[in-house]
Amino acid sequence: MRNEVTHWTLAETCRHLEAGDCCSVELVEALLAVIAERDPLIHSYIYLNAEEALDAAREADASRAAGKGGRLLGVPIAVKDVLNVRGQPCRCGSRILKGYTAPYDATVIARLRAEGAIFLGRTNMDEFAMGSTTENSAEGPTRNPWNLERVPGGSSGGSAAAVAAGEALAALGSDTGGSVRQPAAFCGCTGLKPTYGLLSRYGLVAYASSLDQVGTLTKDVEDAALLLSVMAGRDPHDSTSLDTPSVHYSAVEGFDLRGLRLGLPKEYFEGGMEWEVERTIQAAIAVCRELGAEIREVSLPHTALAIPTYYLIACAEASTNLARYDGVRYGYRTPDAADVETLHSRTRAEGFGREVKRRIILGTYALSRGYYEEYYGRAQRVRTLIRRDFEEAFRNCDALLTPTTPTAAYPLGERVEDPLRMYLGDVYTVPANLAGLCGLTVPCGFTKELLPVGLQMLGPALGESVLFRVGGAFQKATAWHRQRPPFPVAGSAR
Amino acid sequence: MEQPQINVEYVARLARLELEPEERDLFQGQLDQILSYFERIRQVAVEGVEPTAHTRPVYNVFREDEPTPGFSSEVALKNAPSSADGLFIVPRIVETS
Repeated sequence: MRNEVTHWTLAETCRHLEAGDCCSVELVEALLAVIAERDPLIHSYIYLNAEEALDAAREADASRAAGKGGRLLGVPIAVKDVLNVRGQPCRCGSRILKGYTAPYDATVIARLRAEGAIFLGRTNMDEFAMGSTTENSAEGPTRNPWNLERVPGGSSGGSAAAVAAGEALAALGSDTGGSVRQPAAFCGCTGLKPTYGLLSRYGLVAYASSLDQVGTLTKDVEDAALLLSVMAGRDPHDSTSLDTPSVHYSAVEGFDLRGLRLGLPKEYFEGGMEWEVERTIQAAIAVCRELGAEIREVSLPHTALAIPTYYLIACAEASTNLARYDGVRYGYRTPDAADVETLHSRTRAEGFGREVKRRIILGTYALSRGYYEEYYGRAQRVRTLIRRDFEEAFRNCDALLTPTTPTAAYPLGERVEDPLRMYLGDVYTVPANLAGLCGLTVPCGFTKELLPVGLQMLGPALGESVLFRVGGAFQKATAWHRQRPPFPVAGSAR
Repeated sequence: MEQPQINVEYVARLARLELEPEERDLFQGQLDQILSYFERIRQVAVEGVEPTAHTRPVYNVFREDEPTPGFSSEVALKNAPSSADGLFIVPRIVETS
């Protein structure tokens, strides 16, 4: 069962449980065995909830035997260390939340729990979701299951690596500027960033509140639709959550893309993309055309401004959101500070890592007197221009096709102290957050070095059904999403 | 390179972050490089364009003001680095006579 379970999707697992082919306890035990074997190399998880997960599995099996249901009854899910799960640590990959135990469930967690899901453990991430490599974690880096010398992407790198390595059936992440889609692309997973406001942010530790959204890392589009169906909907605890009618999302129907207009933003294809990525994306576009989609070129003229706009807004919001980590109410506190100001500034100096400090400084600067209008104010206005670009594009097409990332996974250490270069890698993912769109990445091939490449689909606000139709049809026509990294893995763990 | 745009030491103090000299120098170089790349947003015409704070602006979300269960002070204090008698403990912030 240990080998089978590494291949199962959530939907398949639910069918096996319903048919009685296996029980939840066997499932959890099998995953724990895979984790024990593989995670010493990958380091996806930073906390395992083994005993409690087994107890929950026994309860789920008893419930099932008693005839009780639940769409995810007895199904284990991995959770990025940024979402509160009652009774579990929630450290956001940071030293500053050392010792913190979540006293409540995030709303998305509560909704999964209500359908019977089990929370197996917490996955590694860039500290406070700031980073694109998962190297900025107080717990040490995660490695890419396709090549241990490469980064898994970030900031949801632990979730992506866990799913790719078969250590999780599916995982939750968060996406502020691509933090679900980019690691999903680097690890060969399916990654969904829902429309801003579709999922509640209550219990998601805040990085940049106008951009943050919970997302999913799964083995296929069907699983993304399943998790979204369970989690979506208005939450009185999050005033920005949308009051949309509950939708049952599905990727099952539809084998072709006839009648759909898919746009290629020409600015995304004007250089900057690795040749190997370009070749793979072009082949994927050809698949969509063969499936009957009408492919047309569109223009997003303000694309070149997306990176500065994103980083100014995100860092400004982060600098205020992270003011709460002051060593008073929770987490780490520096010993022996004689006065409160030293307590705050030394706790933060010792508790935060370098990328978080850089972003707090950049954001504080962008909001400071004399610079506010020049940086933050301007960025908000350019955000309007970027949003309008998409509104215009979606007048003429139903969804956009783009690469998810300009390169495949790069070597560990390459960009960790070259922040600008790391930021530029987010060029295709940040616009969706700035404009409040939905985005989906699906595996669409490999480079010569056997590193996965992701095809991104962008839809208008609340256009998830279109993305699931395109992604679902693409995955029926191709088998890239069923490729799993070989074990033992290429590369060596130092 | 032009003259530095950002005074890292000053801004870090505003953000209540103590920096080691080595870290300050590293950030100074990196943030100058980042900000000079960001200059491009200062070159675009934005006069008359309204700012976007939120992609789906929602205003004045009201709910009934009804009491609902919250954390007990015991639960709220459980994660505190230091607490006593239902209070968070910090170094003295006011002078006593």
